Amino acid sequence: MCTYQTEHLSLRASAKGPSGWFRAEETTVYFDHPVDLPEEHSLNVDFLAPSQGASTRVALELDAASALALARGILTSLAKVPEGLVPEEVAGAARAALAPLA
Amino acid sequence: MYDAMLAETVQIEGDGGDLIEAYLARPLQPGPFGGVVVIHHLPGYDPETKEIARRFAVNGYAAICPNLYSREAPGASPDDAAAVARAAGGVPDDRLIGDVAGAARSLRALSSSNGKVGTIGYCSGGRQSFLAACSLDLDAAVDCYGAFVVSSPPEGMPLKATPIIDRAVDLSCPLLGLFGAEDSHPSPEEVAEIDRVLTELGKPHEFHIYEGAGHAFFAVNRPSYRPEAANEGWAAIFDFFGRYLAS
Repeated sequence: MCTYQTEHLSLRASAKGPSGWFRAEETTVYFDHPVDLPEEHSLNVDFLAPSQGASTRVALELDAASALALARGILTSLAKVPEGLVPEEVAGAARAALAPLA
Repeated sequence: MYDAMLAETVQIEGDGGDLIEAYLARPLQPGPFGGVVVIHHLPGYDPETKEIARRFAVNGYAAICPNLYSREAPGASPDDAAAVARAAGGVPDDRLIGDVAGAARSLRALSSSNGKVGTIGYCSGGRQSFLAACSLDLDAAVDCYGAFVVSSPPEGMPLKATPIIDRAVDLSCPLLGLFGAEDSHPSPEEVAEIDRVLTELGKPHEFHIYEGAGHAFFAVNRPSYRPEAANEGWAAIFDFFGRYLAS
């Protein structure tokens, strides 16, 4: 089915697309049909810069288990950052989110 | 036998008089031919949908697929355009009806037209084909596994789709419905409900439910493809259009 279910995130992020680096203005995360991954549904992430047109986009398509592994990887990286490099509330939130996933 | 066809990108007048992109595939014989508006699925105006338009042309129909995301992402690749459109919750129903009306007008304006036009849509386009047939004067319509005809999208889903079964009273043409027995959107129960309502209203319709197939069984480039169901489905489509659209 087409879920259309979408999380809209406002991130401070740069992404590299076919025309080089751009500053992401919007990020969407959704579980729906992939374009390329040979799965019926996938967890998709789009980094977008609408002011530069629809083609300024970096897209990821992951199967559900891979998406969870990526999320774990991100949280683990943030939780392991040496003290002082990221705000403590970010590292603490990462540790707290990681615990139930372990 | 002369069997040349022409397939090309054109511009047509869509909803509100907007110029939108469309893919037109038509036999080059003088006709007369019936016309088919192909309504693409959520992943957009992609190569596989254009191939469907060409398949109709090869089989003696003029087919046009409007790019429903022309406004959001002019000139963008289909996947980039679909990403923008889906983030916005899909295509508004009123605009879809206007775009399909424009596509049908452009088919009827062809010198080879026999004046008859039908629609076919896949996935979200299946619901939109049903919607168009309840809103426009058409000769035939095919709904391939369109969800949310009788039910609402689940809570929290930003899809701007509402149930449209109440519009069935205005269905202007025979409807062919092709569904997978293992699909959950629409589920076999929902398909049965559409069948019940159309029967009660005395609207001519023909439903096929394929065992061993789920959603998107026509999609040749996806794991959901089920050749047996798709082949039988294509035969049902050409039989149906042959009865209602062909000269």
